[in-house]
Amino acid sequence: MKIGDITEEAFTAISTNRVRSGLTILGIVIGIASVIALTAVGQGSQASITAQIESTGANLLTVSPGAQRSSGMVRGAFGGATTLTPDDSNAIAQLDLVAAIAPQVTGRYQVIATSGNSNVQVIGTTSSYQTVRNVGIANGAFFSDEQAGSAAKVAVLGYSTATDLFGDPSEGGTDPVGQTIRIKSTRFTVIGVTTEKGGTGPDNPDRAIYVPITTAQRLLAGQTKYLSTISVQAVNQDSMTELQTEITNLLLTRHGIADSTSADFSVFNQSDLAETATSTARTLTLLLAAIAGISLLVGGIGVMNMMLTTVTERTREIGLRKAIGAKRSDISLQFLMEAVVLTFASGIIGVILGWLISMALTRFAGLESVVTLQWVLLAFGLSALIGIIFGYYPARRAAGLNPIEALRYE
Amino acid sequence: MGNNIVRSAVSSRHMIECRRLTKVYLSGENETHALRGVSLTIDPGEFVAIMGPSGSGKSTLMHILGALDTPTSGEYLFESRDISTLPDDELADIRRTRIGFVFQSFNLLPRATVMRNVVLPLVYAGVSREKREERAAQLLRQAGLEETHWTHLSNQLSGGQIQRVAIARALINDPALILADEPTGNLDSQTGEVIMATFAELNESGHTIVVITHEAIVASRAKRTIRIQDGLVVSDQHNGHTPAAHPAAVSDQNKREKMRA
Repeated sequence: MKIGDITEEAFTAISTNRVRSGLTILGIVIGIASVIALTAVGQGSQASITAQIESTGANLLTVSPGAQRSSGMVRGAFGGATTLTPDDSNAIAQLDLVAAIAPQVTGRYQVIATSGNSNVQVIGTTSSYQTVRNVGIANGAFFSDEQAGSAAKVAVLGYSTATDLFGDPSEGGTDPVGQTIRIKSTRFTVIGVTTEKGGTGPDNPDRAIYVPITTAQRLLAGQTKYLSTISVQAVNQDSMTELQTEITNLLLTRHGIADSTSADFSVFNQSDLAETATSTARTLTLLLAAIAGISLLVGGIGVMNMMLTTVTERTREIGLRKAIGAKRSDISLQFLMEAVVLTFASGIIGVILGWLISMALTRFAGLESVVTLQWVLLAFGLSALIGIIFGYYPARRAAGLNPIEALRYE
Repeated sequence: MGNNIVRSAVSSRHMIECRRLTKVYLSGENETHALRGVSLTIDPGEFVAIMGPSGSGKSTLMHILGALDTPTSGEYLFESRDISTLPDDELADIRRTRIGFVFQSFNLLPRATVMRNVVLPLVYAGVSREKREERAAQLLRQAGLEETHWTHLSNQLSGGQIQRVAIARALINDPALILADEPTGNLDSQTGEVIMATFAELNESGHTIVVITHEAIVASRAKRTIRIQDGLVVSDQHNGHTPAAHPAAVSDQNKREKMRA
């Protein structure tokens, strides 16, 4: 029997029992659609987490004063922790694996502009901060080396800070560049506004103000001895762990500490965070896929149920087919093909539906979703596989029928 | 069994040769002896009616002759080949290539078109669509079925039309043997007569036909009648050419059949 004829028989059989076939298809469609939609959401959150972490700077190591904490995030304030010095920063800058370095003196202040005021994190740093932390400039410019070294009273506003202080430029706000703001009674000229990064939390880069480090030391912190943080960019991804060890050893020596567990600083590796976050997201994706997989399994059982009913109903038909010369393989292939056509059609509809659902989730619920080819192919493969697995037993039963008994069946 | 080849050579002119066929059905502890040792031969070009009351074993014999079933013991040579112990799929090959079936009921797939029903044996034989539909068209025209009916679903046909389509299907693989099991059983006598006349015509043109029936009037259209009772052949005679040669015997037989029913 030719494959075209087997397919034709399968389509005829499926279309004669439209309601039943439709309901069976629906079972698989729901399974496949949920696999696609749920994994899309899982993959989407994975992608957005990774993107957000990377937006804070590539190959980034952060050196903070104070003991290592399990969270890894240590926030310093002016005068708070007093273990990192500008000399430490200069020493780290000498290491071969360092591509760029940006020492920071950070504090939270009330910032006053003509049209508003806000409590903002003010980061005093060098011009290399722009590279190390991947700061984009939407308007104006970041401060130069010269400005950073000469205690210039200039400031670069984070995207959200700019809107808070001067209003949304798209809704008639003032252009902040060239305006004056007051931080702790010192007047600063705004020279730039950053692009939006879409971060959250207290360290949100959109809610910061960047000023030259020398200005922050003299006019805001009132001290030049200590740093809040040192951001270090490694030359490449692979050298990050090595550089982390080098910095730790260097600072232990410089601070005269023999036991690394009692270190008065901590070196935090950004890729560690990225790894933890993506592995969490990956687990989430797999969990969602597993839940969807269960509904797919239930759909598969529905296929088997329908096929068994079909075989019983069509016992006489099978008998007639065998009497006029159909072999076992002809009969089993016909029924197997019916199951596969059913599930494959469900696969196509399910993928389209799942894709629409994930687009709707992105549009109306704000969930990031990514439909990846591998999951689409997996869903297709699964649907065909379900047809074969759950169609096999009914098909075998049909093929094994005795033609005489089948013809006599009432 | 060792002298099969010799026997085959001797009996090569027979289309069908049965030797001491028995068939025992087991249902739980009970043994039912459907056939108790049937021996018969049928030659190419014959038109044979196998007659017997229900429970006589004629259906069992028909299943074995049609390669739908195998005997418990004995030998069945079909076209000089012993097929009494062949596996399922090889029996299917014989049915598909050498035998055309016409059944009493459930002759056609109800949700398939007339055309599809007729070409079905050739579908299983892997013949191309163009060739098989050309052959089917020819047979359907011969059967007197108008072209407008060919695309009808078979459950829209009358009983007589169904049997005509079934005969067209039985002929499509150009079989050596046409086997009909109570082909007029569900038809009124007039339509039944038309169907039997068709078989007679086919026989005239050279086809070998075996009809299983319990109606003497139907059997009388055949050239030879084999009577089966309690799993044994009780008579085997050539009929006269006039169907109503023994009207009394026929009506007697009919009365007996009716009383059984």
